[in-house]
Amino acid sequence: MSTDALWYLARGSGVVSLILFTVVVALGIGTRSGRPFAGMNRLVVASVHRSAALLALVFLVIHVVTLLFDPYAQLNLVDVLLPFGSGYRPFWVGLGTLALDLALAVTITSLLRDRIGLRAWKAVHWLAYAMWPIALVHGIGSGTDRSTLWLLAIDAVCVVSVIAVAVSSHPALKATSAPAAPKTLAWRE
Amino acid sequence: MTRALIVDWTACEGRGLCAGLLPEVLTQDKWGYPQNLTPGPILVPDELRGPARQAVRMCPRLALRLESE
Ligand code: HEM
Ligand code: SF4
Repeated sequence: MSTDALWYLARGSGVVSLILFTVVVALGIGTRSGRPFAGMNRLVVASVHRSAALLALVFLVIHVVTLLFDPYAQLNLVDVLLPFGSGYRPFWVGLGTLALDLALAVTITSLLRDRIGLRAWKAVHWLAYAMWPIALVHGIGSGTDRSTLWLLAIDAVCVVSVIAVAVSSHPALKATSAPAAPKTLAWRE
Repeated sequence: MTRALIVDWTACEGRGLCAGLLPEVLTQDKWGYPQNLTPGPILVPDELRGPARQAVRMCPRLALRLESE
């Protein structure tokens, strides 16, 4: 693969990963109220939350692995897991590393949820609220596309979506209607 | 063989995820809490063991347990 192709892949997978994480965070916040969210009942929201998180992580891994081979970024394996040491824009790239660590922690503890118990899982899962803004700021500050209009537009849409979900599913707006009957056999594994 | 599905009522928040996965044995009462379709313990036949396990794993409150597992 030419280095140009790698570079496009690295940028593209980073953006896709951010968009997916935005969906994941929005669904995570949306399901807290226990009400149906965007017409989907709780089971559907939980399933999409989980699958989108795993998919986002796959894109994040593609993002990082392609950057390992990128001659300009000159990342190495240590930079991928230990923040703020890279030669290239250490602060902004370090934020990306931090977001990756947090995403790994949140995902791994979620997959082991029934073994580690609810309290430990919740404690780690809260880190998602730090992970997502850190990833967003990393994207604004470190890439070739930084401060290009289209990337800022995507970032803005991400921020607005999460805020809109947080506001609209806030407990203060809680409806008193009875829960809709579940009809979700399709989500059986 | 059937297994009993046990609900930890102090943990359950009645959000109905389990009833969506196991409509053959569960419905929701009017507050959303899981309710057995037939009186007595919630019994899960072997054919439904997959969805029952999924419910145990996905319950947001980890309030479900399959007996003898
Ligand atoms: C890195 C990826 C992930 C992010 C960014 C994320 C984000 C979130 C957020 C923001 C919440 C709301 C938390 C709260 O305020 O209580 C949430 C809830 C939740 N997440 Fe995730 N999550 C991720 C991965 C996963 C995975 C892989 C699972 C798989 C089981 C999972 C399962 C859940 C569950 C069960 C809830 C709680 C829903 C409830 O309280 O009813 N999450 N997530
Ligand atoms: S999924 Fe869990 S919290 Fe929701 S109703 Fe069933 S047992 Fe209760």
